[in-house]
Amino acid sequence: MGYVAIKGGGRAISGAAGVLEFLRTRQGESGQPLDVHTIHHQLSLLESRVLSEGGLYHPELAALAIKQSLGDTLEASFALRAYRSTRPRLVETPLLDTRDMRLIRRISASFKDIPGGQMLGPTTDYALRLLRFELIEEDRSAFQAFARSWLQEAPPADLPDSFPKVLDSLRQEGLLPPALPPRPLSQGGRGEQPFDITREPLIFPVPRSAALATMARAETGSLLAIAYSNMSGYGDVHPTVGELRVGYVPILLAHPVTGELVEAGEALITECEVIAMYEAGDDGAKPAFSVGYGACFGHNEVKAISMAVLDRALQKGVKHGASNPSEDPEFVLLHVDGIDSMGFASHYKMPHYVTFQSDMDRLRTTQKKLGERETS
Amino acid sequence: MNHDNRYPFGFLDEYAKREVRRAMLKAVAIPGYQVPYSSREMPMGRGFGTGGLQITLSLIGPDETLKVIDQGADDSVNAVNLRHFIEMTCPGIDTTTKTEEASLIQSRHRIPEKPLREDQILVLQVPYPDPLVVVEPSEDKRKIMHGEADYSRLWVKLYEDVVKFKEITISHRYPTRIAGHYVIDPSPIPRYDVPRLHQSRALILFGAGREKKIYAVPPYTSAEPLTFEDVPFRVEDFRDEHGLRRACARCGSTESFLDEFLNEGGQKVYQCSDSDFCEECLALAVPREETDHA
Repeated sequence: MGYVAIKGGGRAISGAAGVLEFLRTRQGESGQPLDVHTIHHQLSLLESRVLSEGGLYHPELAALAIKQSLGDTLEASFALRAYRSTRPRLVETPLLDTRDMRLIRRISASFKDIPGGQMLGPTTDYALRLLRFELIEEDRSAFQAFARSWLQEAPPADLPDSFPKVLDSLRQEGLLPPALPPRPLSQGGRGEQPFDITREPLIFPVPRSAALATMARAETGSLLAIAYSNMSGYGDVHPTVGELRVGYVPILLAHPVTGELVEAGEALITECEVIAMYEAGDDGAKPAFSVGYGACFGHNEVKAISMAVLDRALQKGVKHGASNPSEDPEFVLLHVDGIDSMGFASHYKMPHYVTFQSDMDRLRTTQKKLGERETS
Repeated sequence: MNHDNRYPFGFLDEYAKREVRRAMLKAVAIPGYQVPYSSREMPMGRGFGTGGLQITLSLIGPDETLKVIDQGADDSVNAVNLRHFIEMTCPGIDTTTKTEEASLIQSRHRIPEKPLREDQILVLQVPYPDPLVVVEPSEDKRKIMHGEADYSRLWVKLYEDVVKFKEITISHRYPTRIAGHYVIDPSPIPRYDVPRLHQSRALILFGAGREKKIYAVPPYTSAEPLTFEDVPFRVEDFRDEHGLRRACARCGSTESFLDEFLNEGGQKVYQCSDSDFCEECLALAVPREETDHA
C-alpha cells in the first residue's frame, strides 16, 4: 500500500545512512581507514578543489569532508559550506597584495622572459598521462627513497620574498588601462568595499567584486563549461595568460590592541590574469588591452583560468550588452554554484505526489475539454 | 573533543538568524514582496527545504512546538529528516504531528487541512519564488515588473492557455495576488490550498533558500488567485465518473486533498494527503467500527 511506503521514514533514513557507511568501511580489517592527513598530502589537488568550492579555508575539515563523502567533490564542498553557516563573521582582513605571495609556481604565456623568471613548480601540464603501474603496490619505503634523493639534488632555494606582476610592466608601457588604486577597507563608504556574497544576496546588476566572489567559490566544472563556450565560439575573449601564479598569500589582520597589521597565517591560492582583445579607452583614451582576473583558494589552475576568461566576458557584457550566455551576468553567476545546482538537481528525487496529482488534474480536465470540442 | 557540540542552537550563527528575522519583518510589512536575503548553506540540499528551514531556525525558541510535513505527511522521509535535524540542533523544543498542537509548522507542498489559528505560524518551502519566471527569465526585469505591478505577460500566458487548452494549465504554484499588489508564487501547494491563504488567521511565511528570497502573507490579508471573470478559479477535481466526491480509502473523508496511487492489485486508490488529518478521521471512525463488530 502506498500509505505504508511513506511510513517509517526515520527507519528508512537510518538504514540508508547505515548502508552508505558500510560501503565506506566494507574493506574490513584488511583496510586502512583513510587518514585525513594522508588526504591532505596525497590528494592535495582534490582538497584544493573542495576548499575553493566550499568557500572556507580549512584544509583539515576539507580533508575530513572528502573522507566522509567517499570522495564526492560536490558533497565534500557542501559539508564544508554548511559548516561555514554556523560560524559568525568576526573580522575582515584588509585587501591582500598577491605580490607578497610565497610562490610555488608562476608562469606567463605572454612573455618568454618575465621579471623574476618563469617558475614551473608542481604541474601536470607536461606529464605524459601514462598509468604508473608501479603505484599499485607502493609502500612507505618508496616514499622515503624518493624524498631522500629529491631533497639531496634540490638546489638551495634562493627566492626573493616577492615577485613583480607581469601586468605591471604592461601598464608602464601603456598597453593596459591603469590599475585602480588599492583602497583599504577602512576608507570610504559602502561602495568602496568589495561585495560580500556571503552576507548579501545578488541583486542584478551586481558590481564586479560580486561576480569575482561568486566565481571564486563556483563549481570548477560549471565555470569551465561556460568559459569553454566562450573560447569555442560563443564569445570572443581570445585570452592570453599574462600571469598564472600559485602560492601562499600571507593573511594580515589588525592587532586588536596596537592596530598594527600582523601575519595571522597564510592561504594557498591560485591567481590568473588574462590579457584579452584591446578596446577603445574611455573618454578618448588610447586603446588598450583589456584584462580578466581569476583567483580562488587552493591549487586550481583550470578554475582560475576559466574565471579570468569569464570575468573578461562579463565585463564586456555589462559594458556593451551580452551577445552570448557567457557575457550575461545573471546567466553565469546564478548557474555556477555547485552547492545550489546539485541540491536542486537532487531535490527531484523527493516525492512530488501533491504537485503531480495537481498536474494530472489539469491534464485530465484539458483532455476532457478538448475531447468534447472535437466530438461536438 | 565532542564534535557534535560544534554546532550552536538553531545551527545558524546568531548574526545570520538576526538577518533572517529582519527579512521576515520586512516581508510582513510589505505583503507579497520578495525580500532578498543572504541565504546560508544548510546541511541539506538546496531544494530540500533550506529556505523554510532558515526561517524555522530563526524563529524557534526552546518553548516552541514544531510540526514538519512534506506532501502533507509527518512521516515522509524528508519531513522526518528535517524534524530530526531541528530536534538535534534545537535541544528543548517539542515536536508534534498534530496540527492544533503546533506553534510552528514547516511544510512542503501542503497547507494542513485543519484551519490554522492566530497563534500559529506556517512556514512554506519554496523552490521558485517568482511567478513571473514563466514569462521572464531575467530577475532584473522581473523586479521592475513587480514594482510596477505589471503582470500583463502573466495574464497573457493565462489567456493563451484558455485559447489553446480551454483551461488554465497551471496546476500547483498558482499565481496569487496579495493585498491587491504583489503576485506571489504560493510555493508548490495545489490549487486546492490556495483559498486557505486568503484572510488566513495564521501568519504564513515563504522561504526560498536557493533563490535567496523571503516573502509573507500576513494574517487577515487578501490572497486572490489570478483568474478571468468568465473562467473561474477551480481547485482539483476529486469527483468520480458519476460526479460523486471521492472518499479517502483509509478514513473515508470526502473533505480532503487526495493522493492517487495504484495498489498491489493495480487498482486506483485515493487517500488523504494530510496524514495527521487522516489519522484523526480514522480515530473518530474506529469506535463506531468496534461497536459495529460488537
